[in-house]
Amino acid sequence: MLRLSPCTASFPETIDEAVAEKVAHGQAASYVAGGTDLYPNMKRRVQTPAHVIDIRGIPQLRRLETLPDGRLAIGSCVTLTELIRQPAVQEGWPVLSHAAALISTPLLQNMGTIGGNLLLDTRCNYYDQGYEWRKAIDFCMKKDGAICWVAPSSPRCWAVQSSDLVPVVVALDASIRFQGPDGARTARARDLYLNDGIDFLAKRPDELLTTVELPSLAGARASYEKLRRRGSFDFPVLGVAAWARMNGATVSEARIVIGAVGSAPLVSDEAAAFLVGQELSDDTIDQAARIAARPAKPLDNTDFTIGWRKDMVPVYLRRALAALR
Amino acid sequence: MTQPISLSRTRKIPGSFVVNGERHDITFSSHKTLLEVLREDLGLTGTKHGCELGECGACAVLVDGMPVLSCLALAAAYQDRGIATVEGMADGPSLHPLQEAFVELGAAQCGYCTPGVLLTARALLNENPRPTRHEIKKALAGNLCRCTGYIKIYEAVELAARRMRGEEAEPLEESLHGY
Amino acid sequence: MGTDAGRKPYSVIGTPRAKVDAATKCTGEAIFADDLVLPRMLSCKMLRSPHPHARIMRIDTAKAHALDGVHAVITGADLPIPFGILPVSQDEHALAPDHVRFIGDAVAAVAARDEDTATAALDLIEVEYHVLPPIGSVAQAATTPEPQLHGYADQGNLHKLIHLEFGDVEAGFGRADLVQDDVFFYEGSTHLPIEQHAALARYDKNGRLTLWSSTQTPHYVHRALAKVLELPPSRIRVIATPNGGGFGGKSDPFPHEIVVSKLAILTGRPVKICLTREEVFYCHRGRHPVLMRVRTGVTKDGSITAMDFESYLDGGAYGSYGVASAYYTGALQTVTYQVPAYRFRGARAFTNKAPCGPKRGHGTPQPRFAVEVTLDKIAERLELDPAAMRLRHLQPANSITANYLKIGTMGLGQCIERVCAGSGWNTRFRKLPYGYGLGLACSSYITGAGLPIYWNAMPHSGVQLKCDRGGGVTVFCGSTDIGQGSDSVLAYIVAEVLGLDPMKIAVVTADTDLTPVDLGSYSSRVTLMMGQAAIQAAERVKECIARAVAAKLDLSMERLTFSGERVCDREHPEDGMSFADAVVLAESASGTIGAVGSYTPARSPGRYRGSGVGPSPAYSYSACVAEVLVDGDTGIVQVPKVWIAHDVGQAINPALVMGQIEGGVYMGLGEALMEEMSYRENRNLVHKWPSMLEYKSPTTLEMCDVTTYLVGEPDPNGPFGAKEAGQGPLLPVMPAVANAIYDAVGVRIDEVPMSPPKVLKAIQAKAKGKEPRVGPTEAPDVAWPPVTAVPTPAEGGDGRAVEPGRAPAGGR
Repeated sequence: MLRLSPCTASFPETIDEAVAEKVAHGQAASYVAGGTDLYPNMKRRVQTPAHVIDIRGIPQLRRLETLPDGRLAIGSCVTLTELIRQPAVQEGWPVLSHAAALISTPLLQNMGTIGGNLLLDTRCNYYDQGYEWRKAIDFCMKKDGAICWVAPSSPRCWAVQSSDLVPVVVALDASIRFQGPDGARTARARDLYLNDGIDFLAKRPDELLTTVELPSLAGARASYEKLRRRGSFDFPVLGVAAWARMNGATVSEARIVIGAVGSAPLVSDEAAAFLVGQELSDDTIDQAARIAARPAKPLDNTDFTIGWRKDMVPVYLRRALAALR
Repeated sequence: MTQPISLSRTRKIPGSFVVNGERHDITFSSHKTLLEVLREDLGLTGTKHGCELGECGACAVLVDGMPVLSCLALAAAYQDRGIATVEGMADGPSLHPLQEAFVELGAAQCGYCTPGVLLTARALLNENPRPTRHEIKKALAGNLCRCTGYIKIYEAVELAARRMRGEEAEPLEESLHGY
Repeated sequence: MGTDAGRKPYSVIGTPRAKVDAATKCTGEAIFADDLVLPRMLSCKMLRSPHPHARIMRIDTAKAHALDGVHAVITGADLPIPFGILPVSQDEHALAPDHVRFIGDAVAAVAARDEDTATAALDLIEVEYHVLPPIGSVAQAATTPEPQLHGYADQGNLHKLIHLEFGDVEAGFGRADLVQDDVFFYEGSTHLPIEQHAALARYDKNGRLTLWSSTQTPHYVHRALAKVLELPPSRIRVIATPNGGGFGGKSDPFPHEIVVSKLAILTGRPVKICLTREEVFYCHRGRHPVLMRVRTGVTKDGSITAMDFESYLDGGAYGSYGVASAYYTGALQTVTYQVPAYRFRGARAFTNKAPCGPKRGHGTPQPRFAVEVTLDKIAERLELDPAAMRLRHLQPANSITANYLKIGTMGLGQCIERVCAGSGWNTRFRKLPYGYGLGLACSSYITGAGLPIYWNAMPHSGVQLKCDRGGGVTVFCGSTDIGQGSDSVLAYIVAEVLGLDPMKIAVVTADTDLTPVDLGSYSSRVTLMMGQAAIQAAERVKECIARAVAAKLDLSMERLTFSGERVCDREHPEDGMSFADAVVLAESASGTIGAVGSYTPARSPGRYRGSGVGPSPAYSYSACVAEVLVDGDTGIVQVPKVWIAHDVGQAINPALVMGQIEGGVYMGLGEALMEEMSYRENRNLVHKWPSMLEYKSPTTLEMCDVTTYLVGEPDPNGPFGAKEAGQGPLLPVMPAVANAIYDAVGVRIDEVPMSPPKVLKAIQAKAKGKEPRVGPTEAPDVAWPPVTAVPTPAEGGDGRAVEPGRAPAGGR
């Protein structure tokens, strides 16, 4: 049996308690909610905190409410199942319900949280492996080794962003709220993610993600298309989130975000700008897809071959954009 | 170098678990998962494990009626919750209608995925007494089976659902004999 | 048989009913190996090589020994005697003494108070390796004879080389109107049972060792333990716990079984191990990756005049069943359609990867893929319908093939007709819109291998029966229930003969102390061989009881019938008694009631070297039509529906047969679309995906709908006419999908799995006017040994090979 590396656990009931504990333990402690990302990592010994701080007992973090200004405020410990089922989300932000329903399996959705999914560890064929396996390749740059096996001559780690909700919240221009020892902070979702497989979050380790706020989707449409081998369990090998505010049949504003092709979500401002003032015809969609696909360079860190994943980028961009019609 | 396993961090803590309606007050290691506590500390070996990483669904149990992966559930976090395992599905000597249907149709071949499948199916029927075939497939999309090809499992869930709705239902001839 | 309404000659056989252990599997009561706990039990973990090929220069376990809670640490020096499933390849050590041959090869083991302590101890074992260059492929093995992975290989690192010819193949090609020449590649795959391998050993103070293990073959494990531990077999007891899935992955004696036994002996305490999922990938013994070249000569009407088949198997680091696997890739090509002249060349290579062995179908799915796809291409070239072409040239029932396989009942024609009717073949094949396609394929499988794994003249299965004065019956057999329901089949058969309720029969199986030898659950042998032994035992008991009852009722024994738990006059059923009373009567008359039965298959007519693989008392047949939907933009293949017909002879319990067929289709679908046991050649030959997440097996969302037809007539060699169902139905699925992809989008994927990147590549090639195909184009260069030439039965052969230099009998 694979077991967790030995650790202790605590269950704070307020945000301040949780943050204080994290500060006291420093690097030796991790926040945890559903555990569906951290615990497999602990069993494979890529993360081995001596202490875990389970934050699901903090009532504020479980709240889901529509704010008076029409925005949706989601506590970081709201589960994926709640995102799938809550009428407020289904009706007001259906793309979020849809994307959450594509994550893993119903069993995991019952445990996993939006906070956990947005902070999902980057993944790679060479990193998400057991301890013995990693020993056989002399470990890797992200954990205990020196070389990134996906790009051996590269000075950086190329582990890939593998969350389904990240491209969606970036496309929706969500605000992410944190609470740390120095107080509260709000970041644009887009600014939270950094293009590095190891340092992929613009966030201090002691900051606790408390709330995700989504602007109202009134007057706008959004979509998410996921590519993976099977209909459940599998992480995306490609994910495309699209959002557009329409003025009649014309796009007045757009955002296009590609997930799982790099260490950070790939935002295509160029393709979005191209769409402004245009109708979503087959031709404009095709052109926008080509523009957005160009910088997408998937590497050999997921299922499937790189060439095929690259070929799929414009296909799924077209599908995501067509779904906005 | 990857940290060696540090046994000095092992702590035994007291805790209380409510499983199949019975309370158990025990002392257990703080880093044990619910799967391990059920099997090793409470002797309830009906809950199985195929990977311990949440990649197969064999370890599914119900927590307050909701199917979860017990291999990824830190035991200490699940105290005082209503946990249901396969051992609690039967009512005394009488099998749950799902168990009856699985027995009748041969929906359990090797039986190793069966406890997780039964509990997940039970949660489905509690919420949706009239699931379509597609809804059954989606609900069980997180439970891998290598023996049955799932078909007898769907048929057994449908048979049990009809009986639980009070209908007199028998397996279809084609299920048992082919066409 | 099948849907023949009203014909019910049996009271138990042929009726769907629950398994005798179904309730225990549905309630958590069934005890699997890792569920077992004994007082003072220790936990075992094993240290494995991180190098694909190396010599151990130094191994120091002192620090591990010193860790508090560690009771014993052993290395290869503690278990120097080699073992292996086949007598000709006893090439494994429980712990490598000096030569490690793949990542995962075990080098040390720890027994400690718990798994955490054992894991910490592994980190403290120091091993110094001298790394050697690894061999990663058949091609590399063929060109790298040194260093040898095993000194006993036929040639360098080519483990086994086979060259057989039946009849005159070149003359056959000379008569052909068309010779089709194809090359295919079938990737390796693994069993992925949900239950990881686990074993618990106890060595008691009487000096007897007991091993509980999730194994399909307790008898072979028993032999291996005796050999390696140097204990008399009579002091060893092996109990196979119910397997949580086997599929051939639990049919070898394994290092971990020997290791826990040794640790139990050393510590005097029970020792248990449960492998992690990654370790299960390293156990492997799964489907060999095989490159195949097949040349088929046909006349215009699709009749095969000759076939020349080459297969190149990537065997991994050890022999396992590999010699048999290699022969199997060449044995069953002749049992479906008539092949009058046949050449087979097979090469198995040693490589520094997890050893391959038997996975459901054992060496036959790969060549069957090749044959069924090549025939599809031939049918197109000849402008013949693939179904009609096959129907015209079936190997006849009650015949003997060119390679001396005796065919009994042969229901393939009926199978083809049923799936064609069900799928609307005639109106839909080659007529569906772009992206939609139908494909047909057929197959056959053995119902038990004709020879045991080690040469001996003893039965393949033994059954013992005991009758209790209260009317209860206990049946003992070494057979192992791996989920297929063999315990139930045993109860059904005894119940049928003795007129009892199967749920009232006590079944004791898979315990080398208590049960007579049954060779194990592999090669689909159990229903037939255990079943025939059970019939014999039950008939003997029946005769003994009948004699006493006949005497009491003053009737001849022939007048008696055993049914409804009574023994009575068949003409006056009121004249009789309960079975229990009958037993009391018989026991009073002749003493304690009991009997044994056994079964040995008849010797096959082949007498040439290699003729031991292929023969079987009976062959099952299957036909499959797959309907696919191919997305031309992505290459993604969906299989919404499969029709499958299986000639099972007689279903002992049709519900269980349905389950085997549906499960076989599922597993075939997995192989067709997504299962890959592959390695990173440029990254130290690590396994690409040793996890259940990344090794893809179909979920509910990928599994197709299945319409199943049970066909066939009872085969005289099977118990009540039964043939196998556990492996045959998997075989036609992969080629049916391949042929359906061609029907859908006009491309040939001559490689398994038929994954989206390959399909898209072929579609793109077709769009550019290039060859619309993905697949290998050539076979490796191998120096074949001289041919073993065997005149066919049709040529008047006697099953023996011709000596080199002598003219064959019958003249050529």
